[in-house]
Amino acid sequence: MSKPSFVYVTYIRATADKVWSALTSPEMTAKTWFGVRHDTDWTKGASWRLVFPDGRVADSGEILEIDKPRRLVLKWRNEFKPELKAEGWSRCTIEIEPASGDAVKLTVTHQLDGEGDKLIKAVSGGWPRILSNVKSLLETGDTVMKD
Amino acid sequence: MDAVFKALADASRRDLLDRLHADNGQTLGQLCEGLPDMTRQAVSKHLAILEEANLVATIKRGREKLHYLNPVPIHEIGERWIGKFERSRLTALSELKKALEQEKRDE
Repeated sequence: MSKPSFVYVTYIRATADKVWSALTSPEMTAKTWFGVRHDTDWTKGASWRLVFPDGRVADSGEILEIDKPRRLVLKWRNEFKPELKAEGWSRCTIEIEPASGDAVKLTVTHQLDGEGDKLIKAVSGGWPRILSNVKSLLETGDTVMKD
Repeated sequence: MDAVFKALADASRRDLLDRLHADNGQTLGQLCEGLPDMTRQAVSKHLAILEEANLVATIKRGREKLHYLNPVPIHEIGERWIGKFERSRLTALSELKKALEQEKRDE
């Protein structure tokens, strides 16, 4: 497999369960992930969709690996922008590991299976914001940027 | 955040970040090839300081350790002092600066 295009890391003073929940539960993704919610039953092989508040599907795919609250691997394709959808499947890996003290290390990598750079460019603008939101929501109780 | 500013307060380390920005996911060997004036030990030491500040993230692929520019701490600095309402004006200003400086170079 090709090397990941991007690796994003943040350290968060919270438990792995709380970080997992901040990225997956609808109450939390409303604040951390630009208002979207996941539509999946969170089992290996299950279909997965990211849904905008107005019901449109942002992205779709499948749960390739799930080991709550440590590791989530998603097969991921954009659904709402034709030029991004045309690039086909990508793979997003979210890992939560113990770090020093009472913190955990949250790592997100995202890579396209085939050729192209539009999808990775699009998500690379989003991931640092989502990671910052998760960190500030869990550490201070509020997100810096809500949208 | 102190660690981030200390790490950024060194031209060689900013140069390493520029190299990763241009070509993300390099090994120590690849980074050293582009920096003939620096010893491997020096590059390795600078990378350790950048990794400590979380400005560089590493992943293992087989026997290789790949280094990535991690923009999350820099994003947090931006969030802290640059309100989102100012962002479009700042972008316009930096585009203007880039365009004018390019014009000057082309003269």
